Amino acid sequence: MHPFSYVAPKTIDEAVAVLEKNGTRARPFAGGTDLLVQARANKWDLDTVVDIKKIPETMSLEVSQEGLTIGSGVPCYQVYNNEQIKKEYPGIVDGALIIGGIQIQSRATIGGNLCNAAPSGDSICPLIVYNAVAHISGPSGSREVAVEDFCTGPGSTVLQNGELLVKIVVPKPNAGSGTAYQRFTPRNEMDIAVAGVAVSVQLNNNGDDFESVRIALAAVGPTPILANKAGSSLSGKPINDDSISEAASLAKEEASPISDMRGTIEQRKHLIEIITTRMIKEAVKRARG
Amino acid sequence: MVETFEPKSDYRVIGSRPVRHDGFDKVTGRAIYGADVKLPGLIWGALARSPHAHAIVKSIDTSEAEKTPGVLGVITSKDMPETEDKMIDLGEGDENPRWTSNRLMASTKVIYRGHPVAAVAAADRYVAEEAAKKVKVEYEILPVHNDVDSALANQAEIIIDGMVGNDLGEEVKNTNMATHERYDFGDVNKAFKDAAYIEENTYTMQMVHQGYIEPQNATAFWDEEDRVKVWTSTQGAFTARTALANLLQLDVSRIKVTPCEIGGGFGGKIPVYLEPIAALLSKKTGRPVKMVMERTAVFETTGPTPGGKVWVKIGADNNGKLIAAESKIWFEAGCNPGSMIGPAAQCIYAPYDIPNTRIDSYDVVVNKPKVAPYRAPGSPQVAYAMESAVDDLCDKAGWDSMEFRINNASTQGTRRGDGVRFSVIGTKDVLSATKSSNHWNSDLGTAPEGKVRGRGISNGYWFNIGLKSSVNLNVNNDGTVTLIEGSTDIGGSRASISMQAAEALGIPAEDVRPSIVDTDSVGYTDVTGGSRTTYATGFAAWKAANNLVDELKGRVAMLWSEGTGEFGKDDVTFESGVFWSKAEPQKSISFKELAGKLDNLGGPAISTGSVDLESAGDGFGMHIADIEVDRATGKTDVIRYTAVQDVGKAIHPSYVEGQMQGGAVQGIGWALNEEYYMQDEGGMANSSFLDYRMPTSLDLPEIETVIVEIPTPLHPYGVRGVGEVPICPPLAAIGNAIKDALGVRLTDLPMNPGKIIEALKK
Ligand SMILES: Cc1cc2nc3c(=O)[nH]c(=O)nc-3n(C[C@H](O)[C@H](O)[C@H](O)COP(=O)(O)OP(=O)(O)OC[C@H]3O[C@@H](n4cnc5c(N)ncnc54)[C@H](O)[C@@H]3O)c2cc1C
Repeated sequence: MHPFSYVAPKTIDEAVAVLEKNGTRARPFAGGTDLLVQARANKWDLDTVVDIKKIPETMSLEVSQEGLTIGSGVPCYQVYNNEQIKKEYPGIVDGALIIGGIQIQSRATIGGNLCNAAPSGDSICPLIVYNAVAHISGPSGSREVAVEDFCTGPGSTVLQNGELLVKIVVPKPNAGSGTAYQRFTPRNEMDIAVAGVAVSVQLNNNGDDFESVRIALAAVGPTPILANKAGSSLSGKPINDDSISEAASLAKEEASPISDMRGTIEQRKHLIEIITTRMIKEAVKRARG
Repeated sequence: MVETFEPKSDYRVIGSRPVRHDGFDKVTGRAIYGADVKLPGLIWGALARSPHAHAIVKSIDTSEAEKTPGVLGVITSKDMPETEDKMIDLGEGDENPRWTSNRLMASTKVIYRGHPVAAVAAADRYVAEEAAKKVKVEYEILPVHNDVDSALANQAEIIIDGMVGNDLGEEVKNTNMATHERYDFGDVNKAFKDAAYIEENTYTMQMVHQGYIEPQNATAFWDEEDRVKVWTSTQGAFTARTALANLLQLDVSRIKVTPCEIGGGFGGKIPVYLEPIAALLSKKTGRPVKMVMERTAVFETTGPTPGGKVWVKIGADNNGKLIAAESKIWFEAGCNPGSMIGPAAQCIYAPYDIPNTRIDSYDVVVNKPKVAPYRAPGSPQVAYAMESAVDDLCDKAGWDSMEFRINNASTQGTRRGDGVRFSVIGTKDVLSATKSSNHWNSDLGTAPEGKVRGRGISNGYWFNIGLKSSVNLNVNNDGTVTLIEGSTDIGGSRASISMQAAEALGIPAEDVRPSIVDTDSVGYTDVTGGSRTTYATGFAAWKAANNLVDELKGRVAMLWSEGTGEFGKDDVTFESGVFWSKAEPQKSISFKELAGKLDNLGGPAISTGSVDLESAGDGFGMHIADIEVDRATGKTDVIRYTAVQDVGKAIHPSYVEGQMQGGAVQGIGWALNEEYYMQDEGGMANSSFLDYRMPTSLDLPEIETVIVEIPTPLHPYGVRGVGEVPICPPLAAIGNAIKDALGVRLTDLPMNPGKIIEALKK
């Protein structure tokens, strides 16, 4: 690591200008819990870090009729301590609550988690199953990208030179829906997902059939994976062990993990099946209130 | 003749729980650790390290690094003094300085990943680190040996050129096997023929690291007269001095090592790593040089404890009496020999009385960091094998494994696997304390749906060591006593040593003020390790206290004589902090009162005590582990845990409990998740605390403790060592609990969720 400069622009335009000018030698800095660790490990060779937390738009946290807006500079603890978010977006809280420990959560952001694009990022799969959208600003204006399309590989995203994630917008879930996320780690905290699954279910009016389901898988591919086959297999199906176990085994097929120090291919696929089953049941439980 | 002592029980200070003398400084952050050292003109050093685990170094080009602005000096192996090719004794293990020198700075070959090839000194840490990246090295990559099987294979690449192996006394050339030793007693083959039940299995394990919080560090200054001052977090200032003298080719008296406060060691901070490099960079630049390791380097280049294989076979007769045991122990030494196969052999059968035993052990060089001591080095690995086999034998024969352990327990006179016979030991007392513990007599409770519970027990043993220690005492005129010692305080030894002096002087523990000093300021003292410090340095403190009392009796005599000379030293007795006249019992003076008069009574009163103890009281422990396994994910949670141990005498029970809990926790981590996960091309893949997976407080229950006190006659207060025994039982206690829960025996550490799922599928 070598000395680098720190800038804290107050507007999106200023931030975009600095980022554009410095190219890969500048990075946005939210909580820094990935960025600083990676800079020390020589993943980045930086001249400038651009603190985004002085920009008002990145610091907003709002629950409205349209949905939930999470500014890209908002730390996890603010998200999971918000009573309305706890009630209406429990799947977001499931993710935010397990990113690191208390110290990490006081700085780490959901935006940073998404932009870091780790396949194991704990907030990404919940965002995907909630149909969340990333709002991006850059040299050629603003654009919106569905979170499921945001990550393009381990550590890489759709963000182009000079672009900045401003906020994430999560549409308001309908009545009769429920969402849950869980990961498996050998330790109870301060660990990285060996595999993780987020499930969001929309039940019919009676609450006994699935209307639509979204399932996303963490740490079992180069990016978080939207398991389309598994999710759509449940459309219109009754809620029972058969339908759930079929979806779980489809999810297992859709997972394409590697073997490494955190787990083997077999173990990860096995876990996807187990956690998918558990999360579908949990999401149903939440949907039924 | 070894002096022996009768057990006592009427203590005033010993057994109480005073606030530790270093407590305030440590909790307020005032204590000076190695990385806190600052000196005028201080500069920083950084290492260029090999990315390869095994390669020939064809050339090293430091010119770019030297040209970097801010760089003040660069060294390579050419700057390392020529060292002798002989073994030297470092307290808890021997070392060959030539190999050590090559290991700390590669000359023609790199033999583990992270092996230093050059060092840079610069105005600040980051300039030094950036410049170190500019050192260009041409490597010719060689095949890597990550484990004993690969290193011992026929066509294996030889890791240390010219190393001559010792195979039961025969010299072997061209080998990675440094040593093969054997201990053989009784008639093992015949005993196995007579056995009614036999159990045999092979257990495998990976290297694991101590995981101390504070990384290695060193600050050194080499002056114009070739005197070297070193500040470092070390477990042994004097052994560091010896090692440095050998590496730097200086007389010991030219080197002064100041031990800093230490953030954990567990054995891993006995060897030197950065100290000689910082010293040579200082020699080159004329400036004090400081170096601090990164965590990755701590994992990759400092000593973990050996992985390897243990094969064990045990046999019992129809009555459940163990009659035979045989084992083969292969340990990975890392890139230099010295993997504690000796201690492993001493420990493997120690909890049992077995008439016929054989042990073959092999010390094997592999392309990994050289191992260092880690809490009872060598013992947990063999306890894992032996204690698993004992449970499996009992299962086979339908015996209760607790009763079996009691019926076969070692006792005074039992011959250990290496031939040594035990003196007074507490094996049976520990077992009966376990049997009557609250934990043993509580049931497991029922597991939630999808989970199963199990309970396991295991013995553990460490012999503990004695060696050399020195203590000086000075009486202050306010009645307090300054205690000068050379033992660095890792686990509360300031308190435990001061309390022994206080007991002997009859004063409160708080009135003894301990101070840990540099190698110029106290007599030679061996490492804080081997569970020896409270035992041996405490013994030295007791001696110094008795010498002080003797000196003070003379002063009392002087006082009461009032110049007449009618009182002699022998007319004065001392008890519980008060001096009495033998003839006139109403005549007395307290220690404190006397201290206030010393200025006019012969001046300062000082004393010294030093010991060289051949052996120590053996330590036995037993643990009970209750676990709960999720059958679907394979995750094991420890839900209740109790450690029982014979400590001889608990000087400060809180720190004894702390040691028992800490050892148990490290063993639990080793059992369940910790391991060096090696890449095929060499090097550790998980060299960070994120992926090394030590347990955190959220992964553990309260560790309950039961202290058993069977005093050893070898120490005035009966102290045995405490710190090492508790890491020995957890591996098998948890393995046995998993078997109890799931019905499967896991023979490969760590017993992580992936392996449990695999085992359940079979
Ligand atoms: C001890 C520890 C434990 C951890 N545990 C977990 C865990 O359990 N689960 C988990 O998922 N992660 C974990 N992490 C990783 C990390 O904390 C999370 O990924 C966190 O959410 C990152 O947020 P941040 O605000 O700190 O991001 P930063 O470090 O500030 O940024 C992360 C990356 O995103 C970029 N970036 C940040 N903001 C923007 C933006 N607005 N626009 C464009 N690019 C941006 C940065 O340049 C950087 O490359 C852990 C980290 C540590 C140190």
